[in-house]
Amino acid sequence: MLRIAVTIVQWLVAVVGAPLLVGVIRKVKARLQGRRGAGVWQPYANLRKLLVKEVVISENTSWVFRLTPYVVIGTMLLAACIVPVLTTAGALQMLDNIILLMYVFLLGTFFLALAGLDAGSSFGGMGSSREMAIAALAEPTIMIAIFAIALRAGSTGLNEMIRRSVTDPLLLLNPGHLLAFFSLFIVAIAETGRLPVDNPATHLELTMIHEAMILEYSGRYLALIEWASAIKLFLFLTLLGNVFFPWGIAVTLQPSAIAIGIVTLPIKMGVLAVSLAVLETGLAKLRLFRVPELLSGSFMLALLAVVSFFFLR
Amino acid sequence: MLRCFTASLIFFAGGACGALVFARDDSLCRKVTHGLALGGTVLILIVGVAGLQGQPLDLLLPGILPAGGGLALGLDRLSAFFLLIIAVGAIPSTFYAIGYTRHYKGKQSGLGFMLNIFIPAMMLVAMSRNVLTFLVFWEAMSLTSYFLVMTDSDQAETCGAGWLYLVMTHGGLACLVVGFLAMSQAAGSFTMSDWVHAGAGPDARVRNLAFVTMAAGFLSKAGAIPFHIWLPRAHPAAPSHVSAMMSGVMIKLGIYGLIRIGFGWLGQGPGWWGVLILAVGAVSALLGVLYALIDSDLKRLLAYSSVENIGIILLGVGAGLLFRSYGLGALAALALVAALYHCLNHAAFKGLLFLGAGSVLHATGTRNMEAMGGLLRRMPQTGAYFLVGSLAITAMPPFNGFISEWLTFQSLLLSFRVQAQFFNLVFALCIAALALTAGLSAACFVRAFGIAFLALPRGEAVESAHESHWTMLTSMGFLAAACLTLGIAPALVLRPLSSTVNDFIGERPDLAFNWSGIAASNGFAAIDPFWVAMILSLLMLAVWIGLHAMRANFGRRYYETWGCGRAVQTAAFEYTAAAFANPFRRVFAFLYRSVEETEIEAHPESRFFVKTITYRHQSRTIIEDSVYAPIGAVVRRLAAKARTVQSGNVHSYLLYILLALLTLLLFAR
Amino acid sequence: MKLLFRKILTSPVVTEPGAPPPDPGVELLGSAIHDEVRKRFGRSLHIREVDPGSCNGCELEIGGLNGPYYDLERFGLQFVASPRHADCLLVTGPVTRNMADPLKRTYDATPDPKIVIAVGDCAKDCGIFAGGYGVVGPVSAVIPVDVVVSGCPPSPRSILAAILRALQARSPEPAH
Repeated sequence: MLRIAVTIVQWLVAVVGAPLLVGVIRKVKARLQGRRGAGVWQPYANLRKLLVKEVVISENTSWVFRLTPYVVIGTMLLAACIVPVLTTAGALQMLDNIILLMYVFLLGTFFLALAGLDAGSSFGGMGSSREMAIAALAEPTIMIAIFAIALRAGSTGLNEMIRRSVTDPLLLLNPGHLLAFFSLFIVAIAETGRLPVDNPATHLELTMIHEAMILEYSGRYLALIEWASAIKLFLFLTLLGNVFFPWGIAVTLQPSAIAIGIVTLPIKMGVLAVSLAVLETGLAKLRLFRVPELLSGSFMLALLAVVSFFFLR
Repeated sequence: MLRCFTASLIFFAGGACGALVFARDDSLCRKVTHGLALGGTVLILIVGVAGLQGQPLDLLLPGILPAGGGLALGLDRLSAFFLLIIAVGAIPSTFYAIGYTRHYKGKQSGLGFMLNIFIPAMMLVAMSRNVLTFLVFWEAMSLTSYFLVMTDSDQAETCGAGWLYLVMTHGGLACLVVGFLAMSQAAGSFTMSDWVHAGAGPDARVRNLAFVTMAAGFLSKAGAIPFHIWLPRAHPAAPSHVSAMMSGVMIKLGIYGLIRIGFGWLGQGPGWWGVLILAVGAVSALLGVLYALIDSDLKRLLAYSSVENIGIILLGVGAGLLFRSYGLGALAALALVAALYHCLNHAAFKGLLFLGAGSVLHATGTRNMEAMGGLLRRMPQTGAYFLVGSLAITAMPPFNGFISEWLTFQSLLLSFRVQAQFFNLVFALCIAALALTAGLSAACFVRAFGIAFLALPRGEAVESAHESHWTMLTSMGFLAAACLTLGIAPALVLRPLSSTVNDFIGERPDLAFNWSGIAASNGFAAIDPFWVAMILSLLMLAVWIGLHAMRANFGRRYYETWGCGRAVQTAAFEYTAAAFANPFRRVFAFLYRSVEETEIEAHPESRFFVKTITYRHQSRTIIEDSVYAPIGAVVRRLAAKARTVQSGNVHSYLLYILLALLTLLLFAR
Repeated sequence: MKLLFRKILTSPVVTEPGAPPPDPGVELLGSAIHDEVRKRFGRSLHIREVDPGSCNGCELEIGGLNGPYYDLERFGLQFVASPRHADCLLVTGPVTRNMADPLKRTYDATPDPKIVIAVGDCAKDCGIFAGGYGVVGPVSAVIPVDVVVSGCPPSPRSILAAILRALQARSPEPAH
């Protein structure tokens, strides 16, 4: 019973807390730019407002366009069931696999890219094409980084990965661990459409990637997609925080352990959010055709992580 | 069992005879031949299922083919599994053909005749137990498929494709003959299962030679790189139901042969066998999907994607070979299960996609994606099935491609148990190649479905497109259902498959499963695809209900696509297939080596008013440039030399005959 | 990068505290904005800027809103890239003949409920361009306008005041 309750709570934390994370990142960025910026709850206000707006749909679209927001949010809500947020002892152990998680993300991207093409606008097509290019090129890094972690943990289950490393005191001295972290961090930036790969605040259609695909969406559909991308960002950061810095996450269902988990999660997320904001303030967007170089760099890091495991074992 | 098998052959024989008897009446011929072929294929399914449950079938007819020790047929679980694959591919294809071939006027007889030999030939290849039987049916399969490819022989493109296919398939056959003869000679038996007995077999040199030549032969049938060049030509040229069977089923028999030699007939080999197959697999998967990604011929795209999927299967087979040579039998079995599962899945989704492409071709008269668009509105059912096929082939949960790709990933990830750093790195690179392949194939099928089926029509052909005949829709629906079923109930396949693999290599796969969940290697990885599907659909439903509960505005207004306020919105504004692929073309420019040409025709009054812009690009494939072009040049040069011998002069021909006789007498002495 | 962060760390937050007072140059066509709209938008308003013929004077002032001094983001306002995402059209300049149709299309492409704010004298009554051969008329001649901001150009403060008036968030003080 407790297990189910904790599982539901951690799912809700991810799903409901995601817009807050976006709000915090925007706030920190505004401060770094010398502005006051919007409040951290602003994303919730935006979502609430979008729900009351009507939907304007292009006449050229098919049912794929109308189905996509539901698929996208469905995949992200499913992904939120997979990622251990507060505890590794959740009830949904049958979904606990990191490769499944990556494919669930890819399913969302797949549909979003289709929707980008559906309206027949050149912007949407451009966005889909670029998004798929980046998603495809990020895939090898993800898998090799997963391989590096799985080598150490002896499992591709997320819970097991975290459980194995939570007691390891020499974690941060392990070169493979750090290399894998940095490669996955770069991939997380690319996958969630942050600077320097994509600018989430851009208004120039020609520089857009993720935004270009959703230019046609409005009202409740837009709300679902915005919410989904907030969840995706949240989950990627949680994944980085919990897999690579597992301290504090509850390995058992004891109330004290869960309490520690609830306390440490915001700290970890806060650190990652602030570093993301600092990074975004300090970096300019890369030219589109420099992104593959960034991704191949991250791939090399991941490969080095694997190599270091085999040569140091 | 035997009765079923015989009945199936009788059905096919009836179909073939029917094709000749009713040659005059197209409509009757179409229904009779395809109907009987369908009946025969259903019986193959029954034989296959019975075989998977362990009912053996052994048949030796010494009277036929006495030179090779008689006609020997047998059915073990592995053969039965491939019969299942044949049935899954061929049942919908033959049913589809009833509607699809309506417009093949005057070609019904040939088409039906060849089809009724092609399908049983595939079945008999999988059941052959001695060398001559195997080669005879292998050749029958190749020749009939050649004639099926040549159905539209009035087109130059088709003739070129057929010729290339014939050359490649006979090159492969030559390799096979060399390997088979070398082994038969060394082992002293024409029965393959006698070649290696409990460690005592021909020495390693012969086995290595046989492995390399036979692998080359089988890989050329499977369409793996570098032997792939016939696929992207032959598949588009063939009628679509034939493409579906060739791509979904026939090329799998190359894999069947490879598995037989790698794990059975040639005994246990050294590690480099596995590395060789892994390398071929990784290269095929990557290059296959990269070429698919930039091609704008829908059927050629699918053909390249077959090369990719063969690569994925080969990764499983190669991993299995390598694990086995390191004594990790359970892992080898796991990798083999992944490969075989992917074979079955590929038959389902590639069959579905080729049938879908056939319906599009039928409705629009074109295979060029740049002329399509907006088909989902005109062909809603075909479009939905094509989307299912695209999702399945890109391994999206909860469809079947995901299960087999997940298993392949897991078996590659488990490679860390191999205690050899070099091989560990090989595996790491294979994982990367497979991951990149997965990402690129997602891009490829977003492009295929998005450009062909979504947005506005790009050409007039699409405007008049219509939904397909009901037989065609039913066939596609069957395959789409198969893609979903095999995706959410993997135990259906895994249960017979693990006993198949256990029978075949004597090791149980390192895999546990119940009716919906799978767990690989004792806690290394576990998923439950049924629950993935359930939770995903429940969450989507919950979101929809939640929106209603929150009193969201459900108003909907249709308006034009946002184009920054411009006055007209035509298909010319859409992203084209070439434009979609452009980022990839630039990133992988070293591979494509594409040549771009842009011509701008200005208005005569002012160069600032553009009348037309023509953009052309052509990509060349490295393999063709660096391997086949030189070979072709050498052959051509030799042929030119040989022409001097063919002088047309009767006297010189008489001289040749005399010389030949003298030589013969000298040798026969 | 080092220089950048040193600069960031040494600069104070320059945003003015509090809300700007209502500007006398703002005319609220009160009845046009339903209370309903105000209530529903709450503290979130996404703006699409449309320029159907402005001299770009107003754009410069609007650009000022994005800067750290006025920082319109703190009120929950945000410029967006597509009218599909917008709740508010900020229209500047007289409507020229070529831009009348795009302006109408932009209006139609924006989902309801929505508000239109005409910024500047030209948008209000064509200003000095009135009667020009290329001018269709003020914004209100093409699409229904809810709020008008006068001035040539209006100051960022009055534009901000106009938007806030149009919004009139549920909480009386828009700053946090």
